Amino acid sequence: MSELFYDAAPNATRVAPERPGPRQYPAKPREVILFGTCVVDLFFPEAGLDAIRLLEREGVRVHFPEGQSCCGQPAWTSGYASEAREVARAQLAILDAGMPVVVPSGSCAGMFRQHYRELFADEPDTLARVEVLAEHTFELTEFLLNVCRVDWQDLGEPTRIALHTSCSARREMNTHLHARELLGKLAKVERVEHDHESECCGFGGTFSVRMPEVSGAMVKDKTQSLMTSGADEMVTADGGCLMNINGSLDKQQQAFRGRHLASFLWERVSGEGKA
Amino acid sequence: MSQRIPVTELTGGFRDRAEVALADGQLRTNFRTAMDSLMKKRADAFPDEDEREGLRELGNRIKARALSRLPDLLEQLETKLTENGVKVHWAETTEQANEIVHGIIRARQGSQVVKGKSMVSEEMEMNDYLAERGVECLESDMGEYIVQLDGEKPSHIIMPAIHKNRRQVSKLFHDKLGVEETDDVNELIQVGRRTLRRKFMEADVGVSGVNFAIAETGTLLLVENEGNGRMSTTAPPVHVAVTGIEKVVENLRDVVPLLSLLTRSALGQPITTYVNMISGPRKADELDGPEEVHLVLLDNGRSGAFADAQMRQTLNCIRCGACMNHCPVYTRVGGHTYGEVYPGPIGKIVTPHMVGLHQVPDHPSASSLCGACGDVCPVKIPIPELLQRLRQENVKSPAEGPKVKDGGAKYSRKERLIWRFWQTLNSSPVLYRLFLWGATRFRKLTPKHVGPWTENHTAPVPAKRSLHDLAREHLAREHLARNGGQ
Repeated sequence: MSELFYDAAPNATRVAPERPGPRQYPAKPREVILFGTCVVDLFFPEAGLDAIRLLEREGVRVHFPEGQSCCGQPAWTSGYASEAREVARAQLAILDAGMPVVVPSGSCAGMFRQHYRELFADEPDTLARVEVLAEHTFELTEFLLNVCRVDWQDLGEPTRIALHTSCSARREMNTHLHARELLGKLAKVERVEHDHESECCGFGGTFSVRMPEVSGAMVKDKTQSLMTSGADEMVTADGGCLMNINGSLDKQQQAFRGRHLASFLWERVSGEGKA
Repeated sequence: MSQRIPVTELTGGFRDRAEVALADGQLRTNFRTAMDSLMKKRADAFPDEDEREGLRELGNRIKARALSRLPDLLEQLETKLTENGVKVHWAETTEQANEIVHGIIRARQGSQVVKGKSMVSEEMEMNDYLAERGVECLESDMGEYIVQLDGEKPSHIIMPAIHKNRRQVSKLFHDKLGVEETDDVNELIQVGRRTLRRKFMEADVGVSGVNFAIAETGTLLLVENEGNGRMSTTAPPVHVAVTGIEKVVENLRDVVPLLSLLTRSALGQPITTYVNMISGPRKADELDGPEEVHLVLLDNGRSGAFADAQMRQTLNCIRCGACMNHCPVYTRVGGHTYGEVYPGPIGKIVTPHMVGLHQVPDHPSASSLCGACGDVCPVKIPIPELLQRLRQENVKSPAEGPKVKDGGAKYSRKERLIWRFWQTLNSSPVLYRLFLWGATRFRKLTPKHVGPWTENHTAPVPAKRSLHDLAREHLAREHLARNGGQ
């Protein structure tokens, strides 16, 4: 491969290697598995339920395997690879049924799609199953947009929202593009930009407790920019960021809040007003 | 907040220094303003995404190719440089490198050195080493000159004095040099320039770094914007270049894309004001240039990184600083908080090989793994991936044999036990559901303070019912409705 570039000069700066093409999406399936994620399971279960409702509204039957727990990310990002691997193995056992797996969190979806490969790099047999899971994993907004190809009527009141996307979700799953496009389908929702929008909110899993000083400064800046954005509320498709941002807002005794994107979307398309 | 930043004087760990830096409003503003401007400059320098990504891929492959032949290329470099009349020296440690440099100066009975910007010389702490032996070493890069004047270390690898704003520099010049305070940057630069001009002519030896050492032609390439690099390498009778062994590339053709990546990623420049290509001492028929040229090639842990296929990627680095410019942690705490020569994301992955993880145990954790660094790296070093790897090496027990220098610095039986417990809980559906049941049922008992989390947040209270519960109920209803409707 390097020989190719070696010989491709003289003006080497013009030689752009082929970039991987965009993900190819399948036709809408009849049924999917929802992987709720541990944070949604315990702290934002309504968002998980709203994700189920959004999928069912598109005529997709949803399964929720009882054996699911956590994708393994907390241990993986903390350096405890073998502990993460065993938890990943348990998820793999219930998720590799060949059915699409929809995840209402970009970073957990990214864990399935990107990091399980690293976890099982030394197990060729498992790796083959990991590849199948990776192929079948979709983040919720990605699935609604590109697989269900939703066509929505906005039943809510006019509102202004700020969108926060998790960094790993953005990098690994393009969540920011999917969420923006989905929100763009809602006629009465105005998405406002906030200062340093693409900057990390400071969560980073265990980073928030290992480096509370730096993490705290980051989330304080993030909440400031959200509150001064002119938005009525913040929406995000990632439970970790949501817990971080709302927890900080609460500590600062601010009224402004964030909400899981699934709940926001369900409210808009179902017309069920929620306080 | 016009007082000196005490961050460099703190002896504690990363977190202690971070706390002080975070409380310094002026420092926070200086970094935020500067980094915002640098991010914009870089973005503007790469208007075409396809071109940028193609170039980054190319840069990555050129470096990977060079590294795959590193020992051969270094030998070729030595041969070619020797042919060109450059004396090549090898140093395994910074101590050896300093001895070599001092030896060269002693042979000329030199007492004054003028330095162009060089991070490797910072790595060697060359100024201190030479000062202890009666040799005065003056920094000629404006930023380096400022930090040297203030007795500080660089806070950024490209812009050493970026932690200071113009007023702080003006005050420093007033205090140390007795000149009038001024807000005019040009005037400030003239102050430094006047001092340095004289020194260039008086110096016995000029020291510089190297951006690319080209094996095929035996050329040392050095980029800079102030002309001080050219002065340092041509005015004194002796030029000593110091560099790390990873800077070698195969040929001049490889330099074209790398140079473009370097200057655009660093400062958003299409090219630097000066590009010096040094290929030997003054020849018999030439009127100027140094009589002697030396190159000191420093290892200092690099071969350790080289030996590990994954960590080898740290040697791709062309020292542009884009990773720190885009890092939300660096932006908030500044370079001195890292307490080492190389700050920011790249510092966190190269420093352990130099000084060992025991000296920087918190560095791998000082990242939210947001990935901004990896996204902008011109040679595509997967910095978050390498940080994660370092975290793994950091928590290994001695029995597990950590593979990075002084690994296992954060090994803790207690923490390992906690993660084992977490593993058991999350890989057993029965235990996990039991945990959910308990956490939701006894949610009112959630403690108000949960470790460091509640320093910045209120305690997260579990929902009344878990998604497991809600989903089971909802799906049963759905199932019933579906079957009932048929």
